[in-house]
Amino acid sequence: MAHQSTYEPKTAFTRWMDSRLPVIRMAYDNLLDFPTPRNLNYMWTFGGILAFCLFVQIVTGIVLAMHYAADTSVAFDSIEHLMRNVNYGWLIRYTHAVGASMFFFAVYLHIFRGLYYGSYKPPREILWILGVLIFLAMMATAFMGYSLVWGQMSFWAVTVITNLFSSLDSVVSGLGTGIVQWIWGGFAVNDATLNRLFSLHYLLPFVIAGLVGLHIWALHVTGNNNPTGVPLRDPKTEALPFHPYFTAKDGFAIAVFGLIFAYFVFYMPNYLGHADNYVEANPLQTPPHIVPEWYFLPFYAILRAIPSKLGGVIAMFGAIVVLFFIPWLDTARERSTRYRPIYKYFFWLLVVTCLALGYLGAKPPEGGYLVAGRIFTAYYFIHFLIVMPVIGIIETPKSRPQSIADSILGGGNSSQPAVAAAEKR
Amino acid sequence: MASTTDDPVTRRDFIHVAATAFAGVGAAAMLWPLVDQMNPDATALSLASIEVDLSPIDTGQAITVMWRGKPIFIRNRTPEEVEAAKAVQMDELKDPVARILGETVQEPATDEALTKSGYEQWLVAVGICTHLGCIPKGQRIGDERGPFGGWFCPCHGSAYDTAGRIRLGPAPTNLEVPPYEFLSDTRIRIG
Ligand code: HEM
Ligand code: FES
Repeated sequence: MAHQSTYEPKTAFTRWMDSRLPVIRMAYDNLLDFPTPRNLNYMWTFGGILAFCLFVQIVTGIVLAMHYAADTSVAFDSIEHLMRNVNYGWLIRYTHAVGASMFFFAVYLHIFRGLYYGSYKPPREILWILGVLIFLAMMATAFMGYSLVWGQMSFWAVTVITNLFSSLDSVVSGLGTGIVQWIWGGFAVNDATLNRLFSLHYLLPFVIAGLVGLHIWALHVTGNNNPTGVPLRDPKTEALPFHPYFTAKDGFAIAVFGLIFAYFVFYMPNYLGHADNYVEANPLQTPPHIVPEWYFLPFYAILRAIPSKLGGVIAMFGAIVVLFFIPWLDTARERSTRYRPIYKYFFWLLVVTCLALGYLGAKPPEGGYLVAGRIFTAYYFIHFLIVMPVIGIIETPKSRPQSIADSILGGGNSSQPAVAAAEKR
Repeated sequence: MASTTDDPVTRRDFIHVAATAFAGVGAAAMLWPLVDQMNPDATALSLASIEVDLSPIDTGQAITVMWRGKPIFIRNRTPEEVEAAKAVQMDELKDPVARILGETVQEPATDEALTKSGYEQWLVAVGICTHLGCIPKGQRIGDERGPFGGWFCPCHGSAYDTAGRIRLGPAPTNLEVPPYEFLSDTRIRIG
């Protein structure tokens, strides 16, 4: 439901602007007046929270870049200098480092929200795909940012992850090594590598910002999904303008999120990091355990679950690629998992699987951990490739409210009194 | 010029196609420098060779030197280690090919192929695990060397034998041997 503009410029200046560059109209239509379903729950506040996170990362990042030196001989020291000597340097850096974790925490909840309520189903496929692209770009950005610290974990994470491409040697001899040396600009991770990672770490957040713009554009063409999955029919009774209703709600959610964020920044800034990254990079000594940041652990577990080098790399990238196809893998008639009596168990099984993979990613890949890692990796793919298409076909959805209005106001279709009552708040 | 009235392909169409193609080729040609600038540069390539004095390394000891930004393991193997490496049959190996850098013909990974004749006690290999690039343990006395007595990679558990051949774990290939030669009995040049 593309939304008709209701903006009316009131002053001479806004009228003059409106016929030249209608940015005020655009902001009004998209940020103030946009009709938003009244029944959204708090899982819908993560979009605003994510925008807040991106803003925080860009602002703190630009400040960090004023003090950071991308040169292997001084990179590590420049960060220690920032932490100890620059006014509030510690605050800026901890906010940026914790901010990356908070960003991923929010994006994971946002993604699972989409999975639960079927927000990827038509007509929101492009919206979903843009989201997966943002997720990919975030992972690349965070990986590159972590390398800039030039601690032991930075160095060895870059070494191990860039070496993944060398697995292509088993497809075309020399291809993988060629790509890895091209990425490095040398025969090992070196100064040239650090510089290009810095350049790209600075660039990618702005690419993300552009993708976010497209994501919101796509959102405002199709309109929000909502917990019932029922399309918005009558904006007058079923929707409210974004401002002040959802700006206030999102603002409240951002404030709560900000409290948790601040708790980490001020009381446990290094809790989510790894102590080895306070040791300067040493190309001659590998730390005993190389562990990525927590938000990469599920993918790391998938990588290590497969006994072949190339196979592990394919599975790891496949775990993200499969997300692009979800709109076509899910055959269900119903959007929202609320009305899917069988699928709902599988949804929670997927959540458990992802948490378990995250736990296993931090454990050494041996014995029971390895077996468990393989089982959960298998389920991860089975969920998307088999459970989604099959359950969608065999499952009979529960009856659901005929409209958003029914679901909020409890009125309407008498054939579904139970559901309507349950939906009443 | 042919008449343009009945011929649907006009002179202007031709100019359009030619101009666009020309601009396309130009853009593609500019792409290559942008890609190639990322490859190892002249200074990286110029660090191509180093000389190493072997005289301080006693039997059973090993040192690590840097060549092209990579650690190179040089081990003065004990006679037992050499014997153990020679006794291995090719069909026991996970990777039966000698990974000698710059070598185009593939030879079986016998101990003879991996060392220089007359200097069998010296093993020279790139000290980078062929799995995902960690530095295997085993250079220092007291390091864990894994079940085959060579090197052991702590990252994902790859074990190499005393000739640097992969015997167990996820690494797909043997440790690489850099190009090197003996200048005298106690001096080598790598690269
Ligand atoms: C999508 C947004 C971003 C994410 C997810 C992100 C993530 C990260 C991470 C995980 C680190 C390592 C933190 C640590 O352990 O200390 C880091 C460091 C860094 N980032 Fe970002 N970043 C983002 C945006 C930016 C931007 C826009 C800039 C510059 C304009 C920037 C500049 C830096 C610098 C200079 C460092 C090294 C200093 C340090 O480690 O604290 N970042 N980034
Ligand atoms: S890097 Fe050595 S086993 Fe993985």
